[in-house]
Amino acid sequence: MNYLNETIDSLHKKLVDKKITSKELTEQTLSGIKEKDEDISAFITVNDAAVDTANTIDESGIKGSLSGIPIAFKDNIVSNGIKTTAASKILYNFMPVYSATVLEKLENAGVINIGKTNMDEFAMGSSTETSFFGNTHNPWNLDSVPGGSSGGSAAAVASGEVVAALGTDTGGSIRQPAAFNGIFGIKPTYGRVSRWGIIAFSSSLDQVGVMSKRVEDSATVLSAMAGHDYHDSTSSEKEVPDYRADLNKDMTGVKIAIPKEFWHEGADPEVIKQVNNAIDTYKKLGATVDEVSLPTLKHAVEVYYILASSEASSNLQRYDGVRYGFRAKDVKNIKDLFVNSRSEGFGDEVKRRIMLGTFALSAGAYDAYFKKAAQVRTIFIQEMGKVLENYDLIMGPSTTSAAFKIGAKIDDPLAMYMNDILTIPANLAGLPAASVPAGLANGMPVGLQIMAKPFNEQAIFNAAYALQEENKFYEKIPTALKGED
Amino acid sequence: MISKEEILHVAELANLKLKDDQVDSFVSQLGKIVSMEDKLSSVDTTNIEPTYNMGDTSTTFREDKGIHTQTREQMFENVPESEDNLIKVPTIVEKGEDE
Repeated sequence: MNYLNETIDSLHKKLVDKKITSKELTEQTLSGIKEKDEDISAFITVNDAAVDTANTIDESGIKGSLSGIPIAFKDNIVSNGIKTTAASKILYNFMPVYSATVLEKLENAGVINIGKTNMDEFAMGSSTETSFFGNTHNPWNLDSVPGGSSGGSAAAVASGEVVAALGTDTGGSIRQPAAFNGIFGIKPTYGRVSRWGIIAFSSSLDQVGVMSKRVEDSATVLSAMAGHDYHDSTSSEKEVPDYRADLNKDMTGVKIAIPKEFWHEGADPEVIKQVNNAIDTYKKLGATVDEVSLPTLKHAVEVYYILASSEASSNLQRYDGVRYGFRAKDVKNIKDLFVNSRSEGFGDEVKRRIMLGTFALSAGAYDAYFKKAAQVRTIFIQEMGKVLENYDLIMGPSTTSAAFKIGAKIDDPLAMYMNDILTIPANLAGLPAASVPAGLANGMPVGLQIMAKPFNEQAIFNAAYALQEENKFYEKIPTALKGED
Repeated sequence: MISKEEILHVAELANLKLKDDQVDSFVSQLGKIVSMEDKLSSVDTTNIEPTYNMGDTSTTFREDKGIHTQTREQMFENVPESEDNLIKVPTIVEKGEDE
């Protein structure tokens, strides 16, 4: 199956008209993944048993718009009976005994879990190079990274292996790979989607979202998986809109703020050119665009790496080799079991983050780092909130460059962290944010970032849809895909 | 800057053991990252409340009632070593330590 020219609507129609059964669709999806993944390596685990699930759906009849449609899931979303690793050696054999709420909700809507996608280990990274299971390749240039941490999900969608995939976003892990792969990706408002069953990285920042070629497909999937969950007390009780039905591309009178700090000095001019073109499109469509300032943006990376690492150091204490996952051999006592299992089981980047977090929380450093960062976060939330009092949307580039080459930044953690400067703000403030394809810079995709008021995902879908219908970026075929034109 | 001693102390706190060459690269890498983070000291945060949690932070109550989730057998599926239906671990208290 090649999904490059398919949408959830087109697939649903074929299923309802009996042009294809869900079983056939699933079999073709599996063979498509096996063929394309020889170059892309987007998946850690492919779920061959999905064919049986599809068969059951065929027998009971196609119902809603997602019924019988295969979707991919990032490998930090636990799936009952299907190996879930977070791309870490420490969970290399972990077999969940329950499913994440997002997966369960989508399965209840008839979605078929086709497999688990590659990612940076524990979602810590911006290139999918920290995965224990090897690199994923960008379908626009196989020598380039797919971004990260949801790099496998992004590459699977961009290469037409699946119509949509779930990712998670702690500091840009959906939006940056979406930008690098020329697809749409949305991180919803903090609390819009349940985090139950998501392998925790940074609990005040993590959020599950959707990636797809078409804006309308992410809208359909998000409506099906959002909402309050008894298991996650931070999930909101606000009603979930039907984002797909309410899509409206009319941009007349929409007020857009562009923070001047997002037009970063170090940004690639070709990237900026594409983003400026996209902003001009909104002006043409009747929106008003004003420059604003977010003076604290320059501290966003500092705040983020202190808070995210601190929360990670606490969340990752549970991996001790006792109850599940990797256990070190030849240990003499319980302390050695903990230390050796962790030291052999975690990769270098995860160790760096645990160390940074442990340091920031340690006696003598707590006030100067952890508390200070939490205070600056408050200032930042206030700055963003003030802009959104007067504007419907905040826009800017999703990234400062297009996808970089595999190996280019992996030995320089600080350069890698700086990648995230434009995506971190939405996580720190808990705002909904998305990346939508804006164009190509030297042949590689560029994303426009759109942020909105809390729980106003609809405004993001509408604006992204308006741009999509103008530039029709989805018609472009990734250049590294063989035999496609 | 962050010293080698500090790196070793933090590793100890985090239950991590670093190889010798890793200690040196961590001293340099974490040193650079912490220097970057030090720039935060220039922000005036007098009387600013810290934000530790997001979303609705009110306490959620539930009924104090047992529910069935996973079975013992399921919970044991991922246990690396077990014996007599118990999780097996190496010595916790060394011989003589508690005497």
